[in-house]
Amino acid sequence: MIVKQPAVAGTLESSDIQVSIFPNPGNGLDIQLQSIAKAQFGDSILETTRAVLAEFEITDAVVSLVDKGAFDWVIRSRLQAACCRATESKFNWKGED
Amino acid sequence: MATTKLKRTSLYASGATPINMIQAAFYNEDCIVYDMEDSVPLAEKDSARLLIYNTVRYHRPANKYVMIRVNGLYSEFIEEDLEAAVRARPDAIRIPKVEYKEEAVRICQRITEIEKEAGLEPGKIEVWCNIESYLGMINAYEIATADPRIEALALGAEDFTASMKSTRTKAGLEIFYARNAILTACRQAGIEAIDAVFSDINDPEGLKEDTTLTRNLGFDGKTCVHPRQIDIVNSFFTPSAKEIKYALRVLEAVEEGKRLKKGAVTLDGSMIDKPMELRARTTLAQAEAAGVAIGGNLK
Repeated sequence: MIVKQPAVAGTLESSDIQVSIFPNPGNGLDIQLQSIAKAQFGDSILETTRAVLAEFEITDAVVSLVDKGAFDWVIRSRLQAACCRATESKFNWKGED
Repeated sequence: MATTKLKRTSLYASGATPINMIQAAFYNEDCIVYDMEDSVPLAEKDSARLLIYNTVRYHRPANKYVMIRVNGLYSEFIEEDLEAAVRARPDAIRIPKVEYKEEAVRICQRITEIEKEAGLEPGKIEVWCNIESYLGMINAYEIATADPRIEALALGAEDFTASMKSTRTKAGLEIFYARNAILTACRQAGIEAIDAVFSDINDPEGLKEDTTLTRNLGFDGKTCVHPRQIDIVNSFFTPSAKEIKYALRVLEAVEEGKRLKKGAVTLDGSMIDKPMELRARTTLAQAEAAGVAIGGNLK
């Protein structure tokens, strides 16, 4: 999917993560991570990020992550919301079956 | 048919706030309600829906009855809310502001359709209908019997009093009739009845008074607005040692009467009738569900 517009999901509150996605046509993925737990969970957060972007077939985007200690499913949820907003698409619920 | 699975307390956790959702799992409420409705700002409905879906589907708290409250029946969000909520596989979906039987039927039919699409066992997800207006109250029995998956009606007092043009008070006289009407409908339908919240989280004595009435009227549980209300409300819906002991004595007397082929049985000089036996069995079932040790062999 094409990132059509900048989009943000999540907050800077404890246990949350703020995900910002920007168009980056033709320049691939550029993922930037700030996290209070980067040393412990940085790789895992990046892995989840790449997985969700792949599910949305997003190949060109700048993704900024500001993590405040979010659990993996919170990270996944915020990424999914940001991807839907950035691509102006609805979430594919049937894909969850 | 109503079960004795505990539903003493229901606590809402906003789908807008991960920390609230995470913390809610650590309190003692029997039912946790992940909320897509009132606690979520309009601009965050999509985000909350995904957060609730991923939480319930993949990280649901153990030993809780898990519910999802979706947005209103006539909102632009209801269809996608149901798509997400059914696929999340909660114990129940809670529907706000139900006023007519047809609304409950429509929602239950849609849940069935999504269950089929998703390959889920049909009918497994229960439905709670929030009754929050005089119309809902008037039609409570029809709503309660609209579909077998309807497990409970829950009174929403703030919206109810607004619909009545009455003033919400701590004493609650303005909702006394609604409480009884909804409770009667639930009893006739054989489903659970859940009482309204007590809104002042800084008034534990007021909560105790209100919950005394809730329990004496016959409700099965109460919705809580704050974690600090949970233990107080739970205590009112957990039978005391004295009540358990009396219930055991009632059932022992009934059994003794059967053994001796007596037509009438007495205990402490009073005749034991069927309603007393039923109350005794309910007391023991509630105690057992709450994990309270019960002496004797009769349950």
